[in-house]
Amino acid sequence: MTSRGANHNRPLLEVRDLHVSVGSVEILKGLNLTVNLGEVHAVMGPNGSGKSTLTNALAGKPEYAVTEGKVLYRGKNLLEMLPEERAREGLFLAFQYPVELPGIRVREFLRTALDALREHRGLDKGSLREFNKLLQEKAKELGLDEELVKRSVNEGFSGGEKKRHEILQMAVLDPELALLDETDSGLDIDALKVVADAVNKFRKPDKAILLVTHYQRILNYVTPDFVHVLIDGRIVRSGGRDLALELEAKGYEWIRDAVESGREISV
Amino acid sequence: MTQAPTKHDRYLADFEGFERDVAARGPEWLHELRQRALARFTEVGFPTARRGNERWKYTNINPIAEGTFSYPFAAGEVDGERLHTSIPWSDDWSRLVFVNGLHSAALSSVGVGADARSLAEALRADGQPAREHLGRYVTIEDDAFAALNTAFVHDGALVHVPKNGSLDRPLHLVYVTAAGAGPTVSYPRTLVVAESHSRLTLIETYAGFGEGRYFTDAVTEIVLGEGAQVQHYRVLMEEPDAFHVGITRVHLERDSTFTSTLFARGCAIGRNDLLATLDAPGSSCFLRGLYLTSGSQHVDNYVNIDHTQPHTTSRLYYKGILGGKSHAVFGGTVFVRPGAVKADARQEDKNLLLSDEAEVDSKPSLEIYADDVLCGHGATAGTVADDALFYMRTRGLDLNTAMVHLIKGFASEVLDKVEVEPLRLSLDRLTTASLPELQPGLVS
Ligand SMILES: Nc1ncnc2c1ncn2[C@@H]1O[C@H](COP(=O)(O)OP(=O)(O)OP(=O)(O)O)[C@@H](O)[C@H]1O
Ligand SMILES: [Mg+2]
Repeated sequence: MTSRGANHNRPLLEVRDLHVSVGSVEILKGLNLTVNLGEVHAVMGPNGSGKSTLTNALAGKPEYAVTEGKVLYRGKNLLEMLPEERAREGLFLAFQYPVELPGIRVREFLRTALDALREHRGLDKGSLREFNKLLQEKAKELGLDEELVKRSVNEGFSGGEKKRHEILQMAVLDPELALLDETDSGLDIDALKVVADAVNKFRKPDKAILLVTHYQRILNYVTPDFVHVLIDGRIVRSGGRDLALELEAKGYEWIRDAVESGREISV
Repeated sequence: MTQAPTKHDRYLADFEGFERDVAARGPEWLHELRQRALARFTEVGFPTARRGNERWKYTNINPIAEGTFSYPFAAGEVDGERLHTSIPWSDDWSRLVFVNGLHSAALSSVGVGADARSLAEALRADGQPAREHLGRYVTIEDDAFAALNTAFVHDGALVHVPKNGSLDRPLHLVYVTAAGAGPTVSYPRTLVVAESHSRLTLIETYAGFGEGRYFTDAVTEIVLGEGAQVQHYRVLMEEPDAFHVGITRVHLERDSTFTSTLFARGCAIGRNDLLATLDAPGSSCFLRGLYLTSGSQHVDNYVNIDHTQPHTTSRLYYKGILGGKSHAVFGGTVFVRPGAVKADARQEDKNLLLSDEAEVDSKPSLEIYADDVLCGHGATAGTVADDALFYMRTRGLDLNTAMVHLIKGFASEVLDKVEVEPLRLSLDRLTTASLPELQPGLVS
């Protein structure tokens, strides 16, 4: 396992002074964040503070307009890439609210997606048998019913199934940077462990994870290198694992007060 | 309301020649039926007046009424190889092929054990069950199109499955219009009698070969005896400029089950009536449909399910994919007659609009005159969901691929239920091939 800051000279994602608006409302108001290879960053913050806006903007959601700032991914301008190009370059978003795709089966969908990624990486299509085996294996690891892959994507999935299915996709598509938006919300205790195991398995020196969460509970299993607090469109404080515990004990008001009195701390 | 006489002249002239040259031989009762049908047609005329006419409210059939379509006295020709590659096909199916309304023995092939014949042949012999059933379900009172078809009733398919019998493989009825000199009209007629406890899988395909405008006026009558099970598919792949009006009536006896899937590729005007009478307890029908319209096409589906008896069940699930400036209509009525307690009916029509200019009028309705029933209906029309497109793109699918998957996913909810595998694959391909027309710029 990598230790804190071990790869700080290998930045994967650099977010500089990012401003994002939806419609005429500015939601991210100058956000800075650097994620190096091998690191796990947790982002915490109150409802509506802009966490999903950050992950969606990074994934390229069309209605999220970047009005200022820049984002580099492996030194390349991420913002000028289409969402599918970002995915092919190794970015993955586990959605807070996964979308239903009626009539599109999990297995065929993932196969199509994997083919697109492999083609981009200059690899030929793997065999269907290997793919099915991989899918079955990963689904099993995540405690998902094997029939699930024959169903329409997210349609009629329980809340927990939806979240685990996001992680299944991550495991199969094997991205480089995983943005996990509240993947732990709505999971029972056992499912949380299963998902955490999958995330830990994914965690490697040549990968990075940005984990959005409300609960420090998942951080017991997936130990973050950094914890950031996002309030009102900015990261107002960053620290280590302990910051999450402190937040849990004191709530966000404490940080808000600290920020308002000018004692902003940044890393 | 009086019709301009010229609108009928062509049909009257055709009829004279038809009776003299084509239908000269044949039983007296049939001759009489035709005469009555023609009289009925000239009396009521085409339903061009839409005001107050619920059945034709959203479909303007003037282009048909004003067209000059003539009876193709010369039999057309169709290349067997081409037929094979253009429409759903399996060498395992029995088939009866009709070109311009007339049976083509050369293109047909019926397996042993199947009583599926050319109607003209059967009528010459005055055989049962044609005499007993022909015109009994789709009557000349139904409407002008039914009357006109009956006036020209001659050839088509007669399918008879005896008591406890079953056809070991699907039966494909193929009605083809071949390019000829000038616009033609054909009058396909299908009569299916499935006696008690029999089973049948039936596919009707209507297709055009060669350019041009033509008019297909089709009538299908299907009777299910007690406990009979009929799986029915209707594939419309008329030429884009063609007109198709088809009326199907299904009569169900006790504990019989009728399952039907319509696949309709759009044409200039396409109208499909499907009228089912659940006429005995325990009878049920499951109706699905998929219609695809593009350009300035117009497709109108009119479904009428009549629950006359207690403990009858009906399900309807239709879906439409509309592009361009096309227009689709769905009119579905479920009647639950007095005393038809425990009737269970649901109908749903869902539409996917791929263009701002496409339009749908979806009017499912319920008319319930009995207590203790379970009925529901719904209609939706929506565009491709941006959220879904984004979700797919974050997995590496480009916009085109994401769009193709979403549209095909929408269609698959109907197509996946097609139990005849070669047919399902074929309809899948037809849908895929239609995508660039439905959404210009899309590569399928
Ligand atoms: N597509 C949108 N249209 C309108 N407003 C939006 C949209 N997306 C986000 N917002 C607004 O931006 C603000 C931040 O939303 P965001 O989803 O980023 O919050 P969050 O930090 O993820 O909250 P939560 O913890 O509840 O998930 C909210 O006020 C939200 O209503
Ligand atoms: Mg959120």
